[in-house]
Amino acid sequence: MNDLSMASTATQKAFDVQAIRRDFPILSQQVNGKPLVYLDNGASAQKPRSVLDAMDRYYREMHSNVHRGAHTLGDRATAAFEGARETVRSFLNAGSTREIIWTKGTTEAINLVANGLAPKLKAGDEILVSHMEHHANIVPWQMIAERTGAKVVPIQVTPAGELDLESFDRLLSDRTRVLAITHVSNVLGTINPVNELVGKAKARGVITLLDGAQAVPHFQPDVQALDCDFYVFSSHKLFGPTGIGVLYGKAALLEDMPPYQGGGEMIERVSFERTTWNVLPYKFEAGTPAIAEAVGLGAAIDYLNGLDRPAMEAAENALMVRANQLVETVPGMSIIGTAKQKVPVMSFKIEGLHPSDVGTLLDQQGIAIRTGHHCAMPLMDFYGVPGTARASFAFYNTLDEVEQLFTALQKIQRLFA
Amino acid sequence: MPATEQDFLNNPLGKNPTLEDVLDGFEFLDDWEERYAFIIDLGKQLPAFPDDARIEENYVHGCQSQVWVISHFHEASGKLYLLIDSDAMIVRGLAAMILIALNGKTPRDLLATDIDELFEQLDLFRHISPTRGNGLRSMIGKIRDIAAAHAAE
Ligand SMILES: Cc1ncc(COP(=O)(O)O)c(C=O)c1O
Repeated sequence: MNDLSMASTATQKAFDVQAIRRDFPILSQQVNGKPLVYLDNGASAQKPRSVLDAMDRYYREMHSNVHRGAHTLGDRATAAFEGARETVRSFLNAGSTREIIWTKGTTEAINLVANGLAPKLKAGDEILVSHMEHHANIVPWQMIAERTGAKVVPIQVTPAGELDLESFDRLLSDRTRVLAITHVSNVLGTINPVNELVGKAKARGVITLLDGAQAVPHFQPDVQALDCDFYVFSSHKLFGPTGIGVLYGKAALLEDMPPYQGGGEMIERVSFERTTWNVLPYKFEAGTPAIAEAVGLGAAIDYLNGLDRPAMEAAENALMVRANQLVETVPGMSIIGTAKQKVPVMSFKIEGLHPSDVGTLLDQQGIAIRTGHHCAMPLMDFYGVPGTARASFAFYNTLDEVEQLFTALQKIQRLFA
Repeated sequence: MPATEQDFLNNPLGKNPTLEDVLDGFEFLDDWEERYAFIIDLGKQLPAFPDDARIEENYVHGCQSQVWVISHFHEASGKLYLLIDSDAMIVRGLAAMILIALNGKTPRDLLATDIDELFEQLDLFRHISPTRGNGLRSMIGKIRDIAAAHAAE
């Protein structure tokens, strides 16, 4: 075991990206004969060794089912599992662990909320989303709208990739029941002014959900300060394992919602005459949960807590600044999404090149990016592109990697010239 | 303009260059830049594709780029002729490779051709990301379906 990583994270040393990279075993490999440059963090981020170790240790030393056994292992597993829930609560600054529900990820969390709110919706009601949503924050609402007769209404986006606040003001009305909006756009990197949006929605009694999938990898939200009703994210984009995510919900609303799935764990008492639900959060956690994954997510948050967050955010910002400076070195390249408030995500196109060509030829050079519609087809339509190429950075990326990306793009440009 | 029989018969790919020409040429390329430059050049040889054929029926699903395939069965010779189009350059190159290997064959000969082996020889599948690989397989799948339909007649 490498104790170095533990020491360096525990004491919050100055932000040393090379030391941090050593905490992520996957980053040191070669791809197509070149050192891996991983710039697809928006799709899924890599995991520090402490996450891998925590999951490994969980299976080696504590695994058994949670909340069940009258035995030592059951107690250990439950303690680790519930400990992770407390870690998430603290990360989001939620008031209580009753408000932290484990889900499979952002997608399941939104589906859970949409289903839970369905009884409150009727024909003529409106669900406000935006034109920059991930399909995960569109389709579940469309499905509920279909069932209830409610309507999904998109807030417009400006050409720079910011929410059109006039459009929001116009659309927010007496018909609006739900505002479901992304905190940070996965395609554009835009940080939306969610405080203002939630404030205005609350003033009208509208229920609010924030999709934090792309926000939490870059900064820490405070759900009490935001005052949103629901906040959702996926572990795998937050340097934790796949298969688990989080729904934060205000207790009063969660109490009010029907369960999402039925089964074990979520009940208080079952009989053929009458079944009653378990208390929060268990009411929404039917079946055996992803225990090791919860523990892994807890470890990922612990890892982040050990970093110097302001320094990390400054380092990420420096990556974006450098990338923006280099855009002009690639003829025909332009950025899609130039909001003033952005996380380091760069969607781009290059005149005459299809994004998939760019992705393939970057991969040849060991550079991983995402190409395609990014599960945001309405936004692609808005920009009139079939897709974009997207480089999304994490705190473990280096300025040198940014430069390698641009050198590689110049090479590709020449290949097609 | 709809495609005429002549458009199909005039497509040089499958006659010139021959598969052997391409394999020989490819053999001497030793880095990815040369290989891809070669593929991109092949793509430039794809004949024009009729605008009105870019319709759902001819669309190949499962590719990141837009891909269309149309065919013409030449009764007199019993051979199947193909045209492919895409908006991505590398996919166009791969489409050209597919045509070089499969265009103007009888449906039975086409079905008997092991295209995977060809691409392996070219070391291409290894160099193509899974989504793109899938697109390639979708193209080949669509062409084989067309051939199978004719072979069954
Ligand atoms: C903004 C946003 N919302 C939702 C999702 C869906 O997350 P998951 O697939 O982990 O459920 C993503 C992932 O790409 C995302 O970027």
